[in-house]
Amino acid sequence: MNASPLGYLNAAGTRAHSILPLTWFMLLVSIVVCLVIGILLWLGIQRRKVRGAEDLVRVPLTHDGNGVQWIRVGLIVSAVPLSVALVWTMFVLAAVAGPPVHPALVLDVTARQWWWDVRYNGNGPANSFQTANEIHIPVGQPVLVRLHAADVIHSFWVPKLTGKTDVIPGQVNQSWFEADSPGRYLGQCSEYCGYQHAHMQFEVVADTPQDFAAWTAAQLKPAQGPTTEQQTRGLALVQFRCGLCHQIRGTDAGAVMGPDLTHLMSRRTLGAGTLANNAGNLAGWVEAPQELKPGSQMPNQYLSAAELQDALAYLETLK
Amino acid sequence: MKAADFRTPRVGIDSVEHQGKLYRHWERPEGVWGFLGSVDHKEIGIRYIVTAFVFLALGGLEALVMRMQLAGPNRTLLTPEQYDQLFSTHGMTMIFLYASPILSGFSNYLWPLLLGSRDMAFPRLNALSYWIYLASGLFLYAGFLTGNGPNDGWFNYVPYASKAFNPGLNEDFYALGMVFLGISVTVGAANFIVTAFRTRAPGMSIDRMPILIWGTLTASVANLVVIPAVSLAFFLLWMDRQFGTHFFDTAGGGQALLWQHLFWIFGHPWVYAIVLPAMGMVSDGLPVFCRRPLASYSLVALSTVATMILGFGVWVHHMFATGLPGLGLAFFSGASIAITIPSAVAVFAWLATIWLGRPVITTAFLFFASMIILFVIGGVSGFMTASVPVDWQLTDTYFVVAHLHYVLIGINVFPVAGAVYFWFPKMTGRMLDERLGRWNFWIMFAGFNIAFLPMHLTGLLGMPRRVYTYNDYPGWHALNLLTSVGSVIFALGILLLFINVAKSLKGKATAGANPWDAPTLEWSLPSPPPPYNFAVIPTVASRHPLWEGRLDESSKRSSLDRGLLLDQGKETIATSALDAGPDMILEMPQDSVAPLVLALGLSGLFVGLLLKSWTLTALGGVVLTVALFMWLWPRRDLREREAEAAHV
Repeated sequence: MNASPLGYLNAAGTRAHSILPLTWFMLLVSIVVCLVIGILLWLGIQRRKVRGAEDLVRVPLTHDGNGVQWIRVGLIVSAVPLSVALVWTMFVLAAVAGPPVHPALVLDVTARQWWWDVRYNGNGPANSFQTANEIHIPVGQPVLVRLHAADVIHSFWVPKLTGKTDVIPGQVNQSWFEADSPGRYLGQCSEYCGYQHAHMQFEVVADTPQDFAAWTAAQLKPAQGPTTEQQTRGLALVQFRCGLCHQIRGTDAGAVMGPDLTHLMSRRTLGAGTLANNAGNLAGWVEAPQELKPGSQMPNQYLSAAELQDALAYLETLK
Repeated sequence: MKAADFRTPRVGIDSVEHQGKLYRHWERPEGVWGFLGSVDHKEIGIRYIVTAFVFLALGGLEALVMRMQLAGPNRTLLTPEQYDQLFSTHGMTMIFLYASPILSGFSNYLWPLLLGSRDMAFPRLNALSYWIYLASGLFLYAGFLTGNGPNDGWFNYVPYASKAFNPGLNEDFYALGMVFLGISVTVGAANFIVTAFRTRAPGMSIDRMPILIWGTLTASVANLVVIPAVSLAFFLLWMDRQFGTHFFDTAGGGQALLWQHLFWIFGHPWVYAIVLPAMGMVSDGLPVFCRRPLASYSLVALSTVATMILGFGVWVHHMFATGLPGLGLAFFSGASIAITIPSAVAVFAWLATIWLGRPVITTAFLFFASMIILFVIGGVSGFMTASVPVDWQLTDTYFVVAHLHYVLIGINVFPVAGAVYFWFPKMTGRMLDERLGRWNFWIMFAGFNIAFLPMHLTGLLGMPRRVYTYNDYPGWHALNLLTSVGSVIFALGILLLFINVAKSLKGKATAGANPWDAPTLEWSLPSPPPPYNFAVIPTVASRHPLWEGRLDESSKRSSLDRGLLLDQGKETIATSALDAGPDMILEMPQDSVAPLVLALGLSGLFVGLLLKSWTLTALGGVVLTVALFMWLWPRRDLREREAEAAHV
C-alpha cells in the first residue's frame, strides 16, 4: 500500500513525517477500541443469551446493578488515550502549523478549474517565470507556497509531503513542505471544485540542487524558434489558435487563461494529470480535450489532419 | 391546543360506552377529505416513515449507480455532470429527506403513546410539518428530475454554487428547497419541545421519560437553534444568485468562508440531530430484549444532552484545512476529541445492559446490538479526524466517506431497521417474519461492512472524495470493486426489509398489545392503537409502568386502567414541565385541510420564487393567507366563542 502515489501512511517530507506517528497512534488506538468493544459485545451476548422471540415473556426480568461501574471504568480507560491524543495533537500542531521562517523558495500557486498555475518569483521579471502543473523544488530545503484561487475553492495536497490547505478566493493561504529525497510526488486537488475535480493533479519534483538550478535556467529561457517549414506553419497556427488562451514566451502567444506552454514538453503530463505527455496523447489532447477531460475549459479544436500535424511539429519543440 | 374552561376532569375506568364517546370525538371521517385533513399523530407518523423510506430507496439507487461508475478505474458510465448531480442528490436525499424525517416519523408516531397522551401538542402544526416535508422533497426532486439537481455536494460550498460558476437552475432549486424544508423542521421541532414538556401523563416526571424522548427533544432544541443559520445561508445564496448581492462574492467584498461557517454551525449539530433520536431507540429497545431496565438511565439521558451542548462547539472541524489560525483550530480540535466522552457513556451503558441482562436474540435485538459496534467504528474514525494535523491528511479522502457512512448508516439506518422490527407490531398489529428478519439483518450487516470497512483503507491510500473517476493506482481498483459489491449486498438487505413489511401487511393481525413484553406505555394499548390512544389517561409511577410489579423497585404503582376520562370533547391533559403534575385540560383541534392548503400555498410561493414569476409568488401568498385564516378562525369546538361571550 506504500505504492499508492497519494497514500499518506508513508511520507517523504518533514511536514508529513511529523504527523505520521500521531496518525499511527490514533489509528492503532481506534483499532484496539473497536476490537475491545466488539469482543465485549460478543461475549456479553454469548454469555447468557436466549434464542427466539417466542420465549421472550418466559425470560424473567432482572435488575441486577445499574451499570455505573461499567461507565466509570470505561470512561477512565478511555480518558487515557483521549488525553494523550489531545496533548500530542497540540504538540504536532504547534510544530507543523507555522510556515518556515526562512524558506529557500517562495512560490505563488494559483488554482484554477482545473489546473495549477505556478509562478517562480526571482529577482525581477527577467528572473521570474511561469509554468503549470509541475512544481520543481530543491531537495532538503523548506519551500513556502502562497495559494491563490482564480475561481472557486480548491485544496492543495501533496500527501507524501504535506497535508491539505484549501485555496480560497479572497484570501491567500500558505502551505509549506520540504522533501527528504529527490523524486516525484503526486499532488491532487482535494476540495470539490466542479466537473474535473478528479483530473486536477500536479506533481512536485524534488531535484538535487544542481538539477534544480539547471531546470530553473531552462525554464527561464523563451521558447526556441521553429527550425523547419512545418514547424513554422505550426507556430503560426499555434499563435493564432492556442495563443488566445495560452502563453508561449518568445512568441506572440501571450494569453494567461490556460497553462503556460513555453516548455510544455518538459512536463510529464497533459491536462493536469489527465494523460501522460507523449506525442500520441498530445495529438488527442489538442484535437479533442472535451473527450478526454469533459467540461474542461479547453474547447475541441477541429483542426484538419494537416493542421494538426503542423501544430504538433511546433509544440514538440517546446522542450 | 387551548386551555378550556375551569372544570375538574372526571376520573374513572374504561368502558364500552366510554370508548364509543371517544371514537365519536377522535375518529376522522372516511374518504379523501378525511385522509387529507387528518391530524392524528399516528397517521402523520406513518406517512413520514413511508415517505422517508421512499427517499431512502431513491438515495440508495443513486448510490448504486455511482458505485457502478466507481467499480473500476476510468469508467465512463456517467459523465462528470451526471456524477456530480448524483452524489449531491444522494447526500441531500439521505441527510435531509431520509435521515431526519424517518426519525420525525417514528417520534411522531410514538411520542404520545410513550408519553401517555392522546396527540402531539399541536396536531395541525404536525400535519403542516409533514405536508411541507413532502412538498419540499418533491420540489427538490423536481430539480433533479429535470436535470437541475444540486451539483455542489450537500454542503454546497460557494463560490462554485454562485451564479458565475453555476448558471443553471440547479442551485436555485437546492437553495429554495432547503429554505422550504427548513420550515417543516422548525415547526416540527417546536411541536416536539412543547409536547415533551407539557403533555406527559400525570406522574411521568422528567426523569421517567423514555430516552427516545430525550433524544428527539435534544435534537429538536438543536434544530430550533441551528436551522435559522442554514436557512439564512441558503437565502443569502439565492439573493447573491438572483439579485446580485455580495454576501459570498469576494470580488464585491463578501466572504467565501462565511458560507462554510453558516453551513457547519448548522451542519454539525444536525449530524447529532439525526443520530440522537436513533440512539434513543436503541436505549429504549435494547433493554426490552435484555430483560432488564437500561443501565444508568440518568447518565444516558445526561450524555444525550451533553453531546448536543458540545456539538454546538465543534463545527470548525469541518474546516480544519481552510487556513484558520492555529489557536482557533486547537480549541475545536479539543472540543471534537472531548465529545467522545458522552458518546462513550452511551456505549458502556448499552454494554452493561447486555452484560447485566439476559439477551434474547431477535432481529430487533440484532439491529440494536450491532449498532453499538458500528457506532464505535464511526466514533473512532471521527476521533481521528478530530486531530487537526491528522485531519489535514484524512479530510476529503474516502476515509471521511467511510466515517460518515458508519455514522449515518450505523447510527441511523440500523437502529431504524431495528425500530421497524420492534414497533411494526404496534403500528399494524402484525409481527414481521423473524426468519426473514435474520436474513435481512445479516445481509445488511455483511453488505454494509464489506462496502464501508475497506473504504477506510481506500482513504488511507489517498483516494479523494467526490471524484467521478480515478486512475488505476495500486490497491484502488480492488478496494473500490469490493465497495461496489458490498453496496449491492447492502441494498439487497434493505430490499428484504421492504419485502418483509409487504409480506406481513398481507397477514393477520395477531400481534396483541405487547408481543415483546416491553415496559413502556405504548405497549399497554391495543395494536394498532385506537384513534384516541388512551381510553383513560394513565398515571405513571416509574420508568417501566408495565414491569413495575415484577421489578418491584418501589411500592408505587402506575395506574393504567383508572385515570382521567376526558370524554367531553377532543381532549387530553396538560401537565407541568418537570414533575408532570396535572395542569389543565387541552381542547385538541379537529381535523382540517388548512395545513395542506397552507403547504400548497407555500409550494406555489416557492415555485414562483424559483421561476421569478411574481404572479405565482403572490398567488401562493394569497393561498397561504387564506389557509392561515382557515387555521386561526375562532372555533366553537375549542370553546373560543363561549369564552368571548362570557367576557361580554
